[in-house]
Amino acid sequence: MITFDHVTKVYEGKDLPVKALDDVDLQVEEGEIYGVIGFSGAGKSSLIRCVNLLERPTSGKVMVDGNDLLSLSAKELRDAKRDIGMIFQHFNLLNSKTVYTNVAMPLLVAKGAKEEVKKRVMDLLTFVGLEDKANSYPEQLSGGQKQRVGIARALATKPKVLLCDEATSALDPETTKAILQLLKQVNQEYGVTILMITHEMNAIREICDKVAVLDKGKIVEAGSVFDVFSKPKTAVTAKFVRSVMHDTIPDSVYSLLNNQTACRHIYRIVFVGNSAGKPLLSQIAKTYAVNVNILFGNITELQGVPLGNLIVQFSGDEKEIKRAMMYIHQQKITVKEVLANVS
Amino acid sequence: MLVDQQQIVQALWETIVMVGVSLLFSFLIGLVLGVLLVVTRKGHLWENKVVFTILNAGINIFRSIPFIILMVAVIPFTRLVVGTSIGTAAAIVPMILFAGPYIARLIENSLLEVDPGVMEAAQAMGATPWQIMIRFLLPEALSSLLLGITIATIGLVGASAMAGAVGGGGLGDLAITYGYQRFDTVVMFLTVGILIIMVQGLQSIGNYLSKRVRRR
Repeated sequence: MITFDHVTKVYEGKDLPVKALDDVDLQVEEGEIYGVIGFSGAGKSSLIRCVNLLERPTSGKVMVDGNDLLSLSAKELRDAKRDIGMIFQHFNLLNSKTVYTNVAMPLLVAKGAKEEVKKRVMDLLTFVGLEDKANSYPEQLSGGQKQRVGIARALATKPKVLLCDEATSALDPETTKAILQLLKQVNQEYGVTILMITHEMNAIREICDKVAVLDKGKIVEAGSVFDVFSKPKTAVTAKFVRSVMHDTIPDSVYSLLNNQTACRHIYRIVFVGNSAGKPLLSQIAKTYAVNVNILFGNITELQGVPLGNLIVQFSGDEKEIKRAMMYIHQQKITVKEVLANVS
Repeated sequence: MLVDQQQIVQALWETIVMVGVSLLFSFLIGLVLGVLLVVTRKGHLWENKVVFTILNAGINIFRSIPFIILMVAVIPFTRLVVGTSIGTAAAIVPMILFAGPYIARLIENSLLEVDPGVMEAAQAMGATPWQIMIRFLLPEALSSLLLGITIATIGLVGASAMAGAVGGGGLGDLAITYGYQRFDTVVMFLTVGILIIMVQGLQSIGNYLSKRVRRR
C-alpha cells in the first residue's frame, strides 16, 4: 500500500547539508498498522511527510496504492491526497471553526454535495464519540477530544491510508490508550492502512503489527513487533525495549549484592511465549543443588505473546550451576550472564 | 465659540467620509499586498523572490515617507485621479497611499501568526493554494486581523486631521483653523473631545468584533 524505494531526503542547511532520510526502503502492506519508532531527530517527521509529499524526497520513489506520487501533476496529487488522511501531534484544527466544519473541511475542499457532507460528518462524529460536540469549538475540547476530531477529519474523504504523526505524544497515558484503541478500530472497521511515527514504545506495543526502527535517517531494524522487540539487534532498539521493559537490576538490589563476597552468578533469562508459562526456576531448584535468588523480573505482552525477563542469581556448587545452565539451554530459553549493572 | 453646530456636524461628517472611504480602499490594497507578501516568501504557497523583494522594499519606502510630505508629494497624482488637489476627495488619495502599505504589513503579520500546522493540514487534505488562503489562513487570522484594522482605522482618523493642510475639511481642520490659529479654546476642546470619543468607540468595536470571531 505504501512503498518507499531508496528514499533520501537532504536539507540544505546553512553550513552542511543534513541527511534526514538516508536510502530508506519500507513496505507497508494493505490493512496493516505499521509503526516507525525513533528518537528525536531520527528523521521520523521527514519520513511520514514524504508519504503525502508535504516534503518531497531528494531522491527515490514513493508509491501509495500503486501511484508513483512524485510523477503526478499538482492536480493529480491533490486528488491522490484524498486517499491519504493525516493526523498530527498538535491536531492542527481550525480554531475559528466548529467541530462540524473542521470535520467537513476535506469534503468542502473536494466540493462535496451539502447533504452528503452533512451525513458523512455526523456519521464520523458518532464513530469517534463526539456527536454532541458538533457545534463546539476546538478550544472548548480536551486534547483527546481534539485528536478525535482530527481522526474524524482525516477519515472524511474515506482514505485508504491514515498517517499518524506522533498522534498521541501530546496526550496523557489514559487518553493515549483510548486514542490508540480508536485507531485500531479505524483499522479494523474501515480497513484503513495505518502508518504511524512515534517515539513512544507503548504506542507501538499497543496496536502495531509491524515496526521499523529509524536511527539517523536509516532504518536499522524492521519486522513484526514481536520479532524486533524480543530480540533487538541494535543498541537503539534495545533502548526502546528497555523503555517499557526494564531489564537491569535496580540499584538498591545491586548494592545488596556488592556486600557479598561470594562468586557471583547472575544471569538474565528471557522467556518467550509458552516458556513464560513453565515453572523453570522451581524445576531447577528441585533438580539441582542450587539456590535461586530472583533479583529482578517483569513480564510484558507483545502482540498477544508474553515476553518475560528475569534476572537471577544462582549460588551453590560450581558444577551444579553449570548443569543447571545446560538444562536452561536445552529448554531453548535465552540466558545471558550479567556482568555488571550496565544499562 | 466661533463655529456653530452645523459646522461641527459638517466637519464630523467629512472626517467620517475621509476615514471610511480611505479605509475601504486601503484595506483592499493592503489585503492584496499583505497576502502577496506572505505567499511569495520562501517556502510558502507561491514562492517568488522577485515579487517578494519588490513588494517588501516598495512598502518600506512608502511607509518611510511622513504623511504630511506624502500629501504634498502626490498632488500631481491626486489631481490625475480626482481632478483636484483640494478638498475632502483630494485628501482621500494620499490617505489611501498612506494606509494601504500599513495595512499590508498588519495583514502580513496576522497571517504569519497562524499556526503553520494549519497550512500543513490543509495541504495534506489536498486543498488548492487559493482554498488554503480563503478557507484556512484568512479565517484563522481574522481575529488578529480585525485588531490590526482597528489600529489602522485609528491611524486614519489621525491622518484625516492632518488632511486639513490640503483643505480636506473634517474635525482636524476645524481644530487647526479655529481652535489653534484663532485661539478658540472651546472649539479646540470640543473637536479633540469628539476625536477621543471616536477613537474609543472604534477601539471598542474592534475589540468586540475580534473577540466574537476568536474562539479560544
